Amino acid sequence: MAFVAPKETYSGKVYQVEIGTDKTAVFGGESVLPFNSFEGNAPNRPVVAYEIQDVAPEDWPETVKKVYDGVSNDPVAWAKHCQDSLNARAIALRLIGTHPDRENRSPEDAAKTVKDVLAAINVPLIILGSNNAEKDAAVLVAAAEAAKGKNCIIGKAQEANYKTIVAAAMANNHKLIAMSELDINLSKQLNILITQMGFDKERLITDPMCSALGYGLEYTYSVMERIRLAALTQNDATMQPPMLADVGMYVWKIKETQASEADLPQWGTLVERGIAWETTTAGSLLISGAELLIMRHPEAARAVEKFIDELM
Amino acid sequence: MLIIGEKLSIIAKRVREAMMKKDKGPIQEIATRQWKEGSGVIDANIGPAEDGGEELMQWMVTTIQEVVPLPVCLDTTNANAIEAGLKIHNNQWGRPFINSTSNDPERFPILELAAKYNSQVIGLTVGKGGLPADAEERTEIAAEIMGRAMEYGVPLEDLYLDPLVLQIATSQDHALHVIKAIKMFQEINDPPMKTVVGLSNISNGCPKALRPILNKYYFIMLMNAGLTSAIADAHEMAEALNEKKIIDSVLAGEKLDDAKKMMEITKTLDVIMGRTLYAHSYLEM
Repeated sequence: MAFVAPKETYSGKVYQVEIGTDKTAVFGGESVLPFNSFEGNAPNRPVVAYEIQDVAPEDWPETVKKVYDGVSNDPVAWAKHCQDSLNARAIALRLIGTHPDRENRSPEDAAKTVKDVLAAINVPLIILGSNNAEKDAAVLVAAAEAAKGKNCIIGKAQEANYKTIVAAAMANNHKLIAMSELDINLSKQLNILITQMGFDKERLITDPMCSALGYGLEYTYSVMERIRLAALTQNDATMQPPMLADVGMYVWKIKETQASEADLPQWGTLVERGIAWETTTAGSLLISGAELLIMRHPEAARAVEKFIDELM
Repeated sequence: MLIIGEKLSIIAKRVREAMMKKDKGPIQEIATRQWKEGSGVIDANIGPAEDGGEELMQWMVTTIQEVVPLPVCLDTTNANAIEAGLKIHNNQWGRPFINSTSNDPERFPILELAAKYNSQVIGLTVGKGGLPADAEERTEIAAEIMGRAMEYGVPLEDLYLDPLVLQIATSQDHALHVIKAIKMFQEINDPPMKTVVGLSNISNGCPKALRPILNKYYFIMLMNAGLTSAIADAHEMAEALNEKKIIDSVLAGEKLDDAKKMMEITKTLDVIMGRTLYAHSYLEM
């Protein structure tokens, strides 16, 4: 007799999140484990967003820096390039220049960059702070106001600074990334605290913190997998927001994507190595449940889109 | 159910200062209170005590037994300090306990002391290779500790197996592993092995108000699984025993009239049983 694959049904599902106003992007909404559309509903493709920054990426490794030569010195040009030449479905603007140890740009500077970029593109925008908890509280408030009405994602709210950022996201009608550090219980607690403030749980995105292959990928993978299982099998509403994998930032700072062929010939060609590292990290986290990815190298992003094509 | 009173621990500021200054007052006050609250043994945790451990342990044992007619549980990794305490322990109210031996070779000499001084001994089911993953691994280790105890001449009825309670805030799945381990430990010998837990570990790292709630309900679950004894807060355990009936009725499927209590019990049981992910605000959900 023919083999019939057993089908699981789950009591819960992932919330669907839509961003943007002009051209929109939708992710999440599935009622099954990642890509298991044979057993239920997986209505949306994961979204890959291209990362740009508010200052020129002097600290990015050559492999990924030179791809953006000529545009990366101007966030507006950079954003346009990603949208028009690379067909980005969304753009993530990381306001790294506002970090106190970097250019220490002000919230007002950041707000201006946000306004300029928004005026230049019609795909959805994700706005990220510099990950300095104190500065981000001020920067993201200004950015959220500057982006009012554009249905952006503001990120990231953390335990140390979530109150002000949540208030700004609520007041300006944005979606919000809640980030915790590889701890599923703290991730749940942060989502609880945020929703207790009155923030709609269906406007949240959970970031359990990405790690590059070889630098903790399996920890991120396990936490994501457990979050997704809690959402589906326990119908745990606090764990039902879609998840973010902020891949590019974590991958392009490791040795494997930067060490020269002269220094480490046994590691093979530098360019391919870096692209493969970003592709593998992103691909793995898609399987553990990431519905939104932020990536840097266009070839890695393209490889990931092909991967998604084959899995869906 | 034997309660080993946990409060005389070097981790507590007031106790630590009394130990450093050799101030009898706080030690005797806390020992007496634990005795009145129903402790059958008083744990004396002096920490690693690398310097002056022997004098400190002897001081703790005599100070405690001056006012409280109970045996002492000698809690330290310093084997010399344990021996010093055993030498002067007053056995008229019961034999002392040693806390603890384990599957780590550095802890094997503890069994020699237990045999030499005819004391009871706690065996922690953990080895050198990291935390045990589940009930089965804990039971494997338990069997090894039992074999070793017999080699050293410690009667199995003097060995209390401790399955290593981990904090629910970061190791939620271990709550169930430990309950299963308590059951399995009773099956590996006839008569069944005695068991003990460091109960308050379950709520380590949780908000202060949650700790007694988690401690009490987890204690009841472990009791129902056959737990022999616990290193715990005697007052909390007395409260737990008072509430055992209503907790057992909820476990049996009954609904309480007191809605708030019902919520507290069901939500806490859901977290202990792994039906809901733990978060510090789990009671508010």
